[in-house]
Amino acid sequence: MSRLRRFFRTPEAIAGALILALLAAMALAAPLLFPGDPQAIAGPALLPPFQDWSLPLGTDRLGRDVLAELFHGARTSLAVGLAAAAAALLIGSVVGTLAGFAGGLIDEVLMRITDAFQTVPSFLLALAFVSIVGPSLGVVVAAIALGAWTGPARVARAEVLSIRERDYVAGARVIGMHPLEIAFREVLPNALPPVLALSSVIVAAAILTEAALSFLGLGDPNRVTWGGMIAEGRTVLRTAPFLSIVPGVALVLTVLGVYLVGEGVVESTAVRRSLS
Amino acid sequence: MTRALRLLRRRVVGSVFVLLIVVVGSFLLLEAAPGDAVDAYIVSTGGDAGMIELLRHRWGLDQSELTRLANYLWALLHLDLGQSVTFSRPIRDIILERLPTTLILMGSATVLSFGLGSALGIYAGARPGSIRDRFLSIGSLALYAVPGFWLGLVLIVVFAVDLRWLPIGGIETIASGKTGLARAVDIGIHLVLPVSALGFIYLALYLRMMRAGMAEAWRQDFILAARARGLPRRRIVLAHVARNALLPLVTMLGLQSAQMLGGSVVIESVFAVPGLGRLAQEAVAGRDVPLLLGIILVSAVLVVVINLLVDVAYAVLDPRVGAGEASA
Repeated sequence: MSRLRRFFRTPEAIAGALILALLAAMALAAPLLFPGDPQAIAGPALLPPFQDWSLPLGTDRLGRDVLAELFHGARTSLAVGLAAAAAALLIGSVVGTLAGFAGGLIDEVLMRITDAFQTVPSFLLALAFVSIVGPSLGVVVAAIALGAWTGPARVARAEVLSIRERDYVAGARVIGMHPLEIAFREVLPNALPPVLALSSVIVAAAILTEAALSFLGLGDPNRVTWGGMIAEGRTVLRTAPFLSIVPGVALVLTVLGVYLVGEGVVESTAVRRSLS
Repeated sequence: MTRALRLLRRRVVGSVFVLLIVVVGSFLLLEAAPGDAVDAYIVSTGGDAGMIELLRHRWGLDQSELTRLANYLWALLHLDLGQSVTFSRPIRDIILERLPTTLILMGSATVLSFGLGSALGIYAGARPGSIRDRFLSIGSLALYAVPGFWLGLVLIVVFAVDLRWLPIGGIETIASGKTGLARAVDIGIHLVLPVSALGFIYLALYLRMMRAGMAEAWRQDFILAARARGLPRRRIVLAHVARNALLPLVTMLGLQSAQMLGGSVVIESVFAVPGLGRLAQEAVAGRDVPLLLGIILVSAVLVVVINLLVDVAYAVLDPRVGAGEASA
């Protein structure tokens, strides 16, 4: 059975893949379907959903098109989630490989730094970082990655510790490869699979953290974010609760999609392992 | 018991180093902020160049970075966190005022998520693959995907705005003059929604861990042995399967404490609960760098202490832990 077939065996994995595909389509189609500034005023303020078919989901407190904001918000959520997770996985696997391969004092120092990062609540760290450097998309990505790289670092280190004793590593030493070259060209690629298995959890956490940051007003002010939309809608929570509820539902579906796909991947590889 | 104490001693020494890294690291990070405490102060009060000069000198901001770090560490040794810019009060006093609220919030949310989560996990894990197991697994995954602050808003819409059962926010009825038990009940009622918003997210985590651990335990030989001995099913589930799946949850309890502290920042802001998290947001809004530094430090200490307690609990629960270092 091919790997893809195995992945699409459970209804959960299919549902997850469908959600993510829909989301990616939304993110890609946003500038085509809703050209122009999604933060521009499009109609009367606080128009309820399903009233005017040119504005299917109605408008917010300032008369902005909710559907357009939702589409553009998908772009921000996905971009930040994927970029922050990629950065966290990169930093984590480099730090973990260095610590595990070098051993001794370097290992000790790097792992104590990892401990320190795990001791500070990552959301508090992100909050402090964004408030100091100033909110922009890149800074938000960096702030989230700053609190998310420790998990991958620990997993990479543990994997490297077992890999570095293998014969092919000894072989690489014998032919005189530079230790750094061995670490990053021979050891790191083989330590990656368990690290990459963390990606779905990290992407999901990154999307949720980004939403929480924008909810507190620390997102990029020039971008539409779902967290920011929820915060906007909160001011009229009594009269127009749907303004907060709609972007929240989008968030839940997105994160759920990421989890479901992640579970599907893990399960399809676990079956292969038990069969071999 | 001495085994647990030995473990504790070793971990305390390690923790001091980690906390030192946290202090120096966050000090340097916050140093990089444009503008200093005097700028923030002058913005709110106004003043001329002479006043700025005087304040910089009085607050020691005209010294080099290294001197200030040394001064800060020296003050920390005396449990002095410095002066808040926005509140014009000692930071230690402000934090000590706010800390109990956050501890109550986190403690109750932990009891809720751990208790209900592991109970539902046992219910799901008692029959892996059954309909109720699948239902709970999917449900908990969906719950785990919910942002806490949004769940808080939804709870407010349903229970405070529509049904009017519970207050919309705050920690107690303002100027109600309640004392003693009546006040405790009042605070309890105010905490129902924030605790639920914070606790329900992590409930999913414990449920899933418990369920996964039990599914694993069912395949072990000692379960087969227990069945062969003809033990009642109820006893196998509770005393053998669930008990073996419980230990990793205790570890998770410590690991999640940092996450929960972060989560309470947003939850406290949604429900206007005057705790440490809301203080962090106020510090960010007021550009109060010393206060933010103090909050980060106190949270780190809190996380370290919780993890130490979890380690001791773990050593008490599992006789294998730390037994190898009898002579250490």
